[in-house]
Amino acid sequence: MAETQLLVPNVSPPARADQPELVGELTTLNLGPTHPATHGVFQNILQMDGEKIVSTEQTIGYIHRAFEKIAERRPYYQITTLTDRMNYCSSPINNLGWHLTMEKFLQVEVPKRAQYIRVIMMELARISDHLICNGILGVDTGAFTGFLYLFEKREEIYEIYEEVCGARLTTNMGRLGGMERDLSPVAIQKLRDFIKSFPPVMREFELLFNRNRIFMDRVIDVGGISAERALNYGFTGPNLRAAGVDYDLRVMNPYSSYEDFDFIIPVGQSGDTYDRFMVRNAEIWESLKIIEQALENLPIGPYYADAPEYYLPPKEDVYTSMEALIYHFKIVMGEIDAPIGEIYNAVEGGNGELGFYMISDGGRTPYRLHFRRPCFIYYQAFPEMVKDHTLSDAIVIMSSMNVIAGELDS
Amino acid sequence: MLTNQEVAEELLREFGEEVYGFEEPFGMLTLTTTREQIIPMLKFLFDHKKFKANFLTDLTGVHYPDTPGLEYAVVYHLHSLIHNFRLRIKVFLAEGDERIPTATSVYESANWMERETYDFFGIQFEGHPNLIRILNIEEMDYFPMRRQYPLEDTTREDKTDALFGR
Repeated sequence: MAETQLLVPNVSPPARADQPELVGELTTLNLGPTHPATHGVFQNILQMDGEKIVSTEQTIGYIHRAFEKIAERRPYYQITTLTDRMNYCSSPINNLGWHLTMEKFLQVEVPKRAQYIRVIMMELARISDHLICNGILGVDTGAFTGFLYLFEKREEIYEIYEEVCGARLTTNMGRLGGMERDLSPVAIQKLRDFIKSFPPVMREFELLFNRNRIFMDRVIDVGGISAERALNYGFTGPNLRAAGVDYDLRVMNPYSSYEDFDFIIPVGQSGDTYDRFMVRNAEIWESLKIIEQALENLPIGPYYADAPEYYLPPKEDVYTSMEALIYHFKIVMGEIDAPIGEIYNAVEGGNGELGFYMISDGGRTPYRLHFRRPCFIYYQAFPEMVKDHTLSDAIVIMSSMNVIAGELDS
Repeated sequence: MLTNQEVAEELLREFGEEVYGFEEPFGMLTLTTTREQIIPMLKFLFDHKKFKANFLTDLTGVHYPDTPGLEYAVVYHLHSLIHNFRLRIKVFLAEGDERIPTATSVYESANWMERETYDFFGIQFEGHPNLIRILNIEEMDYFPMRRQYPLEDTTREDKTDALFGR
């Protein structure tokens, strides 16, 4: 073998004294408010030591719209449109959660059929919420394909919404006392098509991700949180279940006939990004199971309660019957007074416990309405979860927490 | 399964006259306590061998301008996940003296909820690590959820209640 001779560098390194002195300086990095990976407007100011995150300061409130203040001036039925705009990835859950709260408060008994239709819509919303979260998590790790597959199916869910309530994103679905209209044959057909065509796509998505070496390396042991810390931080929903706590309101305090359905609550172990992803995937399958059961056993009967004081009468009656005309006028003008009292009612939203705390002083509007937004509460844990991780880990952690800016800021 | 009666009796035994105003709206145990006792009470319920009310569901404020001496309420919703038992604790504060100790020593989740309550009602949570506005801009010089700030322009005449027969 020929002897190799190293070339003598023709530039000698600068003398020690000329070199800049190395100092342990932290870098400040703005993640947001308009960073593509935040998927919403909120800011994280990261202090980085090289690749490592040392501390995080969060700024939120960029899209605060004062819903709680507005709600104090609005008749009860007009508050539904405010709830749409909180978690806009699963508006029907917000809408129906609000109706369920008011129905409990006014003691309106909703017929079985309406309850089942609501379950179907809420579970569709949960599927679409989880599809977005998991699809985007893929995108944030660099895998675009799964996201595109899923979004085709999400579009079908939105078409079902459109068939049921006429809107896609801000759905304003349901009315106090039931649904605004019955499930049309077209809607039922679309639901059946969805139940049939969705599983292959979902299975393909899972094949792409669940045991994918690259994906697993990227998300396992990233942003783990213990069950104890998660509870202390007020986690609920899939993020809490990923940490190993089987708390689900649909089982613990069944509402809207959830007790009729057979489904399981998937639970993770380590509360890391992979567990959050897997819990959401498993929940999608469970939701699909619930929709199937509800559609199969859809009871026959009215789709709204016999509560003329709160539920708008059919339009034909308004033109022909005096009583219907009076109720119509009173409801539309918001002249229905609620009794005095206070109530806290919660439903299992896409992100966790979505609570409504309402105080009525007997007027036409709430005296005080407070929304317990799951995102707002658990997003506080973000600095602790990303500490000592790299920036790219912070992105997937944020993505897997499913922080929705509308819900964060109310 | 915990009953409201059981929890109420235990709290009465521990806190005596400092806990009062028991109610049960829609089955949820509701009680009132004082500013001095709220943190010991949260800790007591948190550490209690049986109740284990270790989850702070919600913390918010209410403004009642028409009740002198009790203008502000801070409302805590606690949840014992093991027993699936919820309770609501209220603390009333007087105008001009709206101070209350922070619950962040018991619950991390209280941090932002207290900031939000401060932001909207101006309630001072003493000992809070970072009590600054959270949803509104920092330059704001009033607390918007107080009842004296009406949502709509009060000088408008086309929206008076008389026109709507109220």
